[in-house]
Amino acid sequence: MTALPQSTEKKLGLVIDLDTCVGCHACVINCKEWNTSNYGAPLSDIDAYGAEPMGTFLNRVHSYEAKQDGKNAQTIHFPKSCLHCEDAPCVTVCPTGASYKRVEDGIVLVNEDSCIGCGLCAWACPYGARELDKAEGVMKKCTLCVDRIYNENLPEIDRTPACVRTCPAGARHFGDFADPDSNVSKLTAERGGMELMPEQGTKPVNRYLPPRPKTDVTGIGKIDILAPYLDPVPEQAGGFLGWLDKALEKI
Amino acid sequence: MPAFDQPALDTSPEVSDEIRKTTCYMCACRCGINVHMKNGKVKYIEGNRDHPVNQGVLCAKGSAGIMQHYAPSRLRAPMKRVGERGAGEFEEISWDEAFEIAESWLRPIRETNPEKLAFFTGRDQSQSLTSWWAQAYGTPNYAAHGGFCSVNMAAAGIYTMGGAFWEFGAPDWDRSKLFMIFGVAEDHDSNPIKIGLGKLKANGAKIIGVNPIRSGYNAIADEWVGITPGTDGLFILSMIHELMKAGKVDLNYLTRYTNAPFLVNEDRKSAEHGLFLRDEDGKPLVLDRATGKPIAFDTPGIKADLAGTYRHAGHTHRPVFQLMAEKYLSDEYAPDAVADRCGISADTIRRIAAELAHVAFEEEIVIDQPWTDWKGEKHAQMIGRPVAFHAMRGISAHSNGFQTCRALHVLQILLGSVEVPGGFRFKPPYPKPVEAHPKPHMGINPGKALNGPHLGFVHGPEDLLLKEDGTAARIDKAFTWENPMSSHGLMHMVISNAHAGDPYKIDTLFMYMANMAWNSSMNTNGVMDMLSDKDENGDYVIPHIIYSDAYSSEMVAFSDLILPDTTYLERHDCISLLDRPICEAEAAADSIRWPVVEPDRDVRGFQSALIQLGSRLGLPGMVNDDGSAKYQDYADYIQNHERRPGVGPLAGFRGEDGKGKGRGAPNPNQIQAYIENGGFWIDHIPDEALFFKPWNKDYQDWAVSRGIYDAPQPYVFNLYVEPIQKFRLAAQGHGDIQPPERLRKQVETTMDPLPIWWPPFEGTLVDIERFPYHALTQRPMAMYHSWGSQNAWLRQIHGANPLFVSGEIWLDTGFAEGDWAKVTSHHGTITVPVVRMDALNGKTMWTWNAIGKRSGAWALEENASETTRGFLLNYLIDELLPEKGDGQRWANSDPITGQAAWFDLRVNIEKAAAPAGNNSQPHFPAQKSPVGKGPKNVTYGDDF
Amino acid sequence: MHPAPSVILFTSLSGLGFGLMFWLGFGFPDVTGWTAFAFFFIAYALSVGGLLASTLHLGRPSRAMNAFSQWRTSWLSREGVAAVVTLLVMAVYAIGLIFYDTNLQVVGWIAGLLALLTVFTTSKIYNQLKTVPRWNMPLTPVLFLTYALAGGALLAGQVMPAAVLLLVLTVLQLATWQMGDKAFANAGHTIETATGLGNLGKVRQLESPHSSPNYLMKEMVHVVGRKHAMKLRVISTVTLGLLPVAILLFLQFNHILALVAVASHLIGLLVSRWLFFAEAEHVVGLYYDKR
Ligand SMILES: Nc1nc2c(c(=O)[nH]1)N[C@H]1C(S)=C(S)[C@@H](COP(=O)(O)OP(=O)(O)OC[C@H]3O[C@@H](n4cnc5c(=O)[nH]c(N)nc54)[C@H](O)[C@@H]3O)O[C@H]1N2
Ligand SMILES: Nc1nc2c(c(=O)[nH]1)N[C@H]1C(S)=C(S)[C@@H](COP(=O)(O)OP(=O)(O)OC[C@H]3O[C@@H](n4cnc5c(=O)[nH]c(N)nc54)[C@H](O)[C@@H]3O)O[C@H]1N2
Ligand code: SF4
Ligand code: SF4
Ligand code: SF4
Ligand code: SF4
Ligand code: SF4
Ligand SMILES: [Mo]
Repeated sequence: MTALPQSTEKKLGLVIDLDTCVGCHACVINCKEWNTSNYGAPLSDIDAYGAEPMGTFLNRVHSYEAKQDGKNAQTIHFPKSCLHCEDAPCVTVCPTGASYKRVEDGIVLVNEDSCIGCGLCAWACPYGARELDKAEGVMKKCTLCVDRIYNENLPEIDRTPACVRTCPAGARHFGDFADPDSNVSKLTAERGGMELMPEQGTKPVNRYLPPRPKTDVTGIGKIDILAPYLDPVPEQAGGFLGWLDKALEKI
Repeated sequence: MPAFDQPALDTSPEVSDEIRKTTCYMCACRCGINVHMKNGKVKYIEGNRDHPVNQGVLCAKGSAGIMQHYAPSRLRAPMKRVGERGAGEFEEISWDEAFEIAESWLRPIRETNPEKLAFFTGRDQSQSLTSWWAQAYGTPNYAAHGGFCSVNMAAAGIYTMGGAFWEFGAPDWDRSKLFMIFGVAEDHDSNPIKIGLGKLKANGAKIIGVNPIRSGYNAIADEWVGITPGTDGLFILSMIHELMKAGKVDLNYLTRYTNAPFLVNEDRKSAEHGLFLRDEDGKPLVLDRATGKPIAFDTPGIKADLAGTYRHAGHTHRPVFQLMAEKYLSDEYAPDAVADRCGISADTIRRIAAELAHVAFEEEIVIDQPWTDWKGEKHAQMIGRPVAFHAMRGISAHSNGFQTCRALHVLQILLGSVEVPGGFRFKPPYPKPVEAHPKPHMGINPGKALNGPHLGFVHGPEDLLLKEDGTAARIDKAFTWENPMSSHGLMHMVISNAHAGDPYKIDTLFMYMANMAWNSSMNTNGVMDMLSDKDENGDYVIPHIIYSDAYSSEMVAFSDLILPDTTYLERHDCISLLDRPICEAEAAADSIRWPVVEPDRDVRGFQSALIQLGSRLGLPGMVNDDGSAKYQDYADYIQNHERRPGVGPLAGFRGEDGKGKGRGAPNPNQIQAYIENGGFWIDHIPDEALFFKPWNKDYQDWAVSRGIYDAPQPYVFNLYVEPIQKFRLAAQGHGDIQPPERLRKQVETTMDPLPIWWPPFEGTLVDIERFPYHALTQRPMAMYHSWGSQNAWLRQIHGANPLFVSGEIWLDTGFAEGDWAKVTSHHGTITVPVVRMDALNGKTMWTWNAIGKRSGAWALEENASETTRGFLLNYLIDELLPEKGDGQRWANSDPITGQAAWFDLRVNIEKAAAPAGNNSQPHFPAQKSPVGKGPKNVTYGDDF
Repeated sequence: MHPAPSVILFTSLSGLGFGLMFWLGFGFPDVTGWTAFAFFFIAYALSVGGLLASTLHLGRPSRAMNAFSQWRTSWLSREGVAAVVTLLVMAVYAIGLIFYDTNLQVVGWIAGLLALLTVFTTSKIYNQLKTVPRWNMPLTPVLFLTYALAGGALLAGQVMPAAVLLLVLTVLQLATWQMGDKAFANAGHTIETATGLGNLGKVRQLESPHSSPNYLMKEMVHVVGRKHAMKLRVISTVTLGLLPVAILLFLQFNHILALVAVASHLIGLLVSRWLFFAEAEHVVGLYYDKR
């Protein structure tokens, strides 16, 4: 349904911790693996063994470098999938009603049976979260693993998105942002979880936890506090061996 | 229209028909996997939550298992070569014919000259089987890939503390507060390290990454130390200097658990110089502080001195610790003296040393768990120093790697942070003193087995594998004066030595799971030439090559006989305590693979094929008295083979009743028991035995009960490694076994029983002005060596590789986005695209390892991106160092272990025009694919 | 954005077609019978052809009918509805003129306005996208409408209106380029806002998520060289309005010359429409450090 719900009962989404993500792509491939044989059509790979393979992925990990004058550059691995925006422009542009946001949990989905593959929703998404599948001709996007999170054929502990379950570093968290006591709400509050491109006004549900401040080689303030730890012992009477003798006496 | 008439959605679709639990083998980490089956096909693979290794998580490679299992590159049947070597022209044959061919080569040489077989294996996990086979065959020429991989790390760890980082130990992720990681991109422990880093982050611990490149683990480190390649040893010794100077070392730990108090002969003229003073029983002596008298180090109740002088038989003896103080307190190791060479400011070195001291000694952690030590002394608590370290090939794959790894272990030990809460801990079967390992053997007896295991740990010159005439007994020249402690052999030298006939010629090269014609060789072009080189009679210089691979790799094309392996989902395997098991610091564990899918091709698990070949050859242990095969296949062997009575490949569910742990008679239902248990077996170490394992009585007893050793093996750590000194002593002219003159100086200077540092060899031999930069490779987390390129999913992530160059080099060379560069080493030249990276040591450039592929291999299209936009750094790396001017070509290896010095590479870089067609150079002509090509498009999951 | 021939043809041809319909609806030129047929044929050929071209862009053209359902919210859907309604209403008017020699003028006016409305909805498809700041400017619908009116007038043979409108169009087009060049920067989107990493310093891409390209990069990330674009703008400016106006005003007007003027305009239109897409930077390019 192309109109957006006024509000949703839950706001399910992901928190991605940029301070912990090592850029391993596990979430990328496990997402591909789950989704190619579950919700909707397979995620195809065109020219799979050729010169320019091009497949559909619902989640991709970028790598950035950030540099401030006088400081070491920093590398940031940056996974990105649909942010399940509250004000999702991808939904309202859709001419067929294939794109919709679920009332019960806010998940943004594509009903592949009605999609005509016009691509407009992908144009409307600022985040590059939608990819048109070349083999099937329909729009694919992150489903927030809607076929896992409520799936009674899975053990309860596994009713979580594939990318979250697989992330080796534990950098991905899934939960309900509408509930202030949920893990995701708390993490967002504690660590200053941020929105991507807030100026687009899409109100993304997913949040990113920024990298924690780094000790920089130029930031040597700490040395003063710690310097006493390295006060040389040979300056004591008897030098190093004298110190050693006394120290051994004490143990 | 109602606003929200959402389509009905089935949120509980059926996931699969059945889950089969086995072990992943998309890399050597060996995670547990749940393979979801649907209509007889693999539908989904996820991590097994109960599994000790991965605890449910799964990496990108593991998740791409489906694409590997169904890859078009899978070999389909045994093949014999019909074209020229390297061309890729083959004919499929039956297994019978394949065995006949192999027998026709192997039987005659076994009867006359078993050393003419060189059997080397790569990234496999069945070294306890393959080494046993090679021993039964009788050739001394066997090793796995450790020599070019990370033997420095393994050997330094075992000689120093009876265990290594590698897969054999782990930081106490739950309790550590400061973690330093040196030279690691991914490591074997892929998922466990990531799980561990996640825990450290969640607990608010600090992570310091020491690496010229800030990516992956180093990207999330709280502090990045962008060290100059090859200088970690200096950096570490400088921190040791600071810590010792400030007295921030754990003296209690050092006196109890290490050889710091051992008395060393200080008389340079003595034939015992540098050796320990021992009593009649051969026990090293220490000075008892109470009496001032020497006494056996393990005497209960004594307090040993760490300084002092003791004269005996006219020679001065002083404790190891005092020698260390003299050595490391010297200004040579002061931060200001090393800062420039390391590319790290002296302040930073001092601060990190201070942080280590602070966390180790001020943030000490205490667990209220009583324990008893080997001398029977009871301790009320377990005291921990929550600083942990980990390191891998970044420090080991240099020509000074062994001593650098030693330096790191010495640092850990000085801080008292090994086998304590919050520190680094061993995984069974480690810890294990170096003396408990075998020594290497070379005793050949045509038609019979070798006189003992091939590989091991030497204790002095008498253990070297030299023939009467002083030449190497092994084709790879392991355990010779060139690299006396080459515990893992030198696989990277086999092809070039065999080609040169130095030390001798061989007849058959038999290899398994190693892409030696491509990414695992230095000097890739040269190796391809050697493999296909012919003598004056038109015969191949290396007459026969047998190779087992599962896929159509580059190496397949260079082989004469191919034994096609199954994929990892189609065969039995065991990840054994006799080999490289999946143990955790808190438990012993091992696991299996089993055919969760039956092969649809005429392929066989290599281990089964090897056992079958062995029984055809009548090898001892593989045939019954009547000559019939003892084991039908590998599964049969896994269940029924006993290495020692009651101890076999699998430790779990032993005995008729299946209740035996570690020990017990073979159990005919053992594999089934593993399958029912999720593919693995785990046995937790009791709480009182969880730490201080080398000195913990309860641990020692537990290990004996589990068949890990036959008697308790307590020992102390070797800050000072006496066996190393024995080689130096020989080089100084003592003893009967003497190094050749050309090696005398090298042995004397490098074989220092206390860690030292020297500049990486390549950098000292080339003109630094001409080759001012360092070039490195890193493992991509989402790709395993050459395996991943055939994988339709993974190759989209890493289907091409650029060269990342530092901002400094970028600006100096005047690069712009989209530029190409010509990179030159003393050995070769490549032309590749460049990308700027600022989070990189200024003098360094790097690329992802093993992405470039030879055209025609892996069932890819001949113009696949890997062949056009991918490249190897291996074209620039030589297995030999540049000429020194002494008429010799020295190996590009660590002089102690022979480890290949991949990361010593020095290069120059300049702007270049983009090559024709934007193809990276060099580019080799296409091999013919023996398995055809894959389909154009893939839509996996269509039929579910 | 990727300048796909299907969307270029769709927007240009249907714009021209509906522009012509506007003039025809209001009785310029006042034609009946076969002459009327010829005019309406051109108008329908252009608009229907354009619409058909647009379906080439669909992954599932066979389901194109679904696109009419969301007219309450979706501009693309509205465009479809408006186009069909226009074509139907215009058909009534056209049939009257061609076959019955009857001028249902009120129907004509309605159909003419509907034609403009259709062009407006087309423009809104692009104009609504905040993700493409160059399009997300109030000038976009105005420009589209002017294109339709000017091109329509030209095709309808309305010399003076066409001349005036073509000059207005040229000015508008130049202004749109001018403003469009600053739109991205004015919207304030940067790689830093895209990644939220601005407080760590200047951000740049180190490595793309995949070594091979993907749908997004092919569809949304198209980089045109500045020099190349400038050349095309000049060509477009000249052929779009200046040359046709010159022909209209300063040369003896005849059918051949009219054809040259139309051809020139068409070239200018196609070039400018190519630029409309090719120069449009989608914010997603920021994630790939490409604009
Ligand atoms: N420049 C550079 N070069 C390096 C390194 C580096 O850091 N830099 N690292 C070195 C190191 S540490 C290593 S370990 C080597 C690794 O290099 P290799 O040991 O060559 O490793 P792989 O590329 O994994 O290739 C092993 C072969 O095993 C085959 N294989 C895969 N699965 C199976 C199976 O189930 N059965 C059988 N029989 N075969 C299988 C693959 O098809 C492949 O041909 O590379 C070395 N090369
Ligand atoms: N995904 C994946 N996992 C793998 C493999 C794989 O191919 N893919 N291969 C497996 C194998 S065989 C091995 S041996 C292990 C190897 O695991 P790693 O040891 O992690 O191997 P490398 O990728 O060679 O990483 C070497 C690291 O050392 C850094 N380095 C180089 N020189 C120096 C130096 O002088 N000082 C310091 N401090 N750092 C330096 C490099 O920048 C790089 O980050 O990985 C295993 N795991
Ligand atoms: S799996 Fe986790 S650590 Fe790996 S790339 Fe994804 S979010 Fe980052
Ligand atoms: S991220 Fe993109 S696709 Fe997802 S809801 Fe937001 S706008 Fe739509
Ligand atoms: S591609 Fe499909 S989902 Fe997207 S806007 Fe078009 S019809 Fe809607
Ligand atoms: S939630 Fe599911 S669909 Fe979305 S990125 Fe994660 S695995 Fe993919
Ligand atoms: S780390 Fe990945 S590839 Fe390696 S065994 Fe584990 S899941 Fe498999
Ligand atoms: Mo390795």
